[in-house]
Amino acid sequence: MTDLTRLTIAEARDEMGKGAFSSVELTEAYLKAIDAANAAINAYVTVTADKALDMAKASDARRAAGTAGALEGIPLGIKDLYATEGVHTQACSHVLDGFEPRYESTVTANLWADGAVMLGKLNMDEFAMGSSNETSYYGPVINPWRAEGSDARLVPGGSSGGSAAAVAAWLCAGATATDTGGSIRQPAAFTGTVGIKPTYGRCSRWGIAAFASSLDQAGPIARDVRDAAILLKSMASVDDKDTTSVDLPVPDYEAALGGSVKGLKIGIPREYRMDGMPAEIDALWQQGIAWLKDAGAEIVDIELPHTKYALPAYYIVAPAEASSNLARYDGVRYGLRMPGKDIVDMYEQTRAAGFGQEVKRRIMIGTYVLSAGYYDAYYLRAQKLRTLIKRDFELAFDAGVDAILTPATPSSAFAVGDESLASDPVKMYLNDVFTVTVNMAGLPGIAVPAGLDPKGLPLGLQLIGRPFEEETLFRTAHVIEQAAGRFAPKRWW
Amino acid sequence: MSVDLATVKRVAHLARIAVSEEDAARMEGELNAILGFVEQLSEVDVDGVEPMTSVTPMQMRKRTDTVTDGSKTADILANAPESAETFFTVPKVVE
Repeated sequence: MTDLTRLTIAEARDEMGKGAFSSVELTEAYLKAIDAANAAINAYVTVTADKALDMAKASDARRAAGTAGALEGIPLGIKDLYATEGVHTQACSHVLDGFEPRYESTVTANLWADGAVMLGKLNMDEFAMGSSNETSYYGPVINPWRAEGSDARLVPGGSSGGSAAAVAAWLCAGATATDTGGSIRQPAAFTGTVGIKPTYGRCSRWGIAAFASSLDQAGPIARDVRDAAILLKSMASVDDKDTTSVDLPVPDYEAALGGSVKGLKIGIPREYRMDGMPAEIDALWQQGIAWLKDAGAEIVDIELPHTKYALPAYYIVAPAEASSNLARYDGVRYGLRMPGKDIVDMYEQTRAAGFGQEVKRRIMIGTYVLSAGYYDAYYLRAQKLRTLIKRDFELAFDAGVDAILTPATPSSAFAVGDESLASDPVKMYLNDVFTVTVNMAGLPGIAVPAGLDPKGLPLGLQLIGRPFEEETLFRTAHVIEQAAGRFAPKRWW
Repeated sequence: MSVDLATVKRVAHLARIAVSEEDAARMEGELNAILGFVEQLSEVDVDGVEPMTSVTPMQMRKRTDTVTDGSKTADILANAPESAETFFTVPKVVE
């Protein structure tokens, strides 16, 4: 029998529909693959094998009864940031030790309602703060990709590094992820997978541990554009429990695939051509432009003049919101508690022991920029910059641009434990230089694999769309995917 | 703007994170690197620009003012590091 884990979600869905195999068989194949690979990849922080098999059995029963849902029997991995009832939910932080929520996040509840099966919880940067998955309390995730002729361990990107690595290494059919500054799109680009951050408000944030509430958004990482479209359709919903979720019908994203991009206006922002940009990134971008032009799209140069300020403004807004959101981890209601000589000492010892270095750094920055006397100089100014960044995009869209094409990342995957990145937090932050603008403006963005660099590592392109026009992104990304082909790592684990 | 060691310790206390002398000294350098990076925002003229309060131009939906949930004491206490009867317990706060 063929290896069932190699099937895409669409293929597995169609084959199960024809009765070629059951969800139990598919789930068992994934559990076996996880068992064989997780020691090397470290993508899962907990595997819920019994629950997965129970869910698969129930799914097979529903299919037999003729009530199959859109994701019936499809085994998925869930980022540890999502609350899953009775199951390890720690945002990969020590401070949430032992936390097993008594409730389910809205997004995962939507997936289970459509018939999906949970394989386990996926590794991530602690509280989604990182671009390499190295800030996890559970250790780094190892990228299934290696450079040609090298066995050096590479990072899968972050913060959704476990999600991206698990999808690329065939350890789940698809995964949930979240994106605050690039945490879906950068790991997708580093692993040759497809990741979409939908428009702010498209998915409910309820039950997802909050990092920066005005920027956080849920989305899928998948093997191809079609699978990403299928997953987002199930994940998205309006939700009474998240007042920022939007009450707009969720389109059938899969139906957008195969549509023509003839006449579509694709903007190329000159500001994304950064100083010192590697030649292979520029070449990839030019290739993407050529593919879309060949498919009949109209390519136009655009200006997004405030681009360079997006990352510094983000490093005020995101830590400020994080310092407030993470105040709740105080050793009283859940997770870790360290002893202290009085209540304040208990808080301080708990948070000192519970949070890792990067999380502490961001809480400290956030606390400082919101402290008395500094609010106007930092936070208020950053929020004004955000208005200007969003206005840049609005002017481009008003001029008729349908989508914007950019590189997804400034480089391919880098080494685990990279000294120059470890010693300079700002250098690590620059990984998000092409993706963070999208969060600041609340827009949808998709990363799609487009080629390999000279070392044989995957590179991605990013498409940025108008608010709630994810269909245009899926349609256009599908054209790039068809031109570029698929990319899969050589199995070494 | 930059922070000195005393400011680092004051901010750590505001954030309720215990820091050793060594931690504080390391953080001083890291925080100043980040503050140096964000300093470039000061070169932008933001006079008359409205600060963003919501990325989507929408009216926030409001729930009806009714009780929809409750009586979940056991669920709420289930993950508490320490509890007694129906209470979270903490070190003594009143002498």
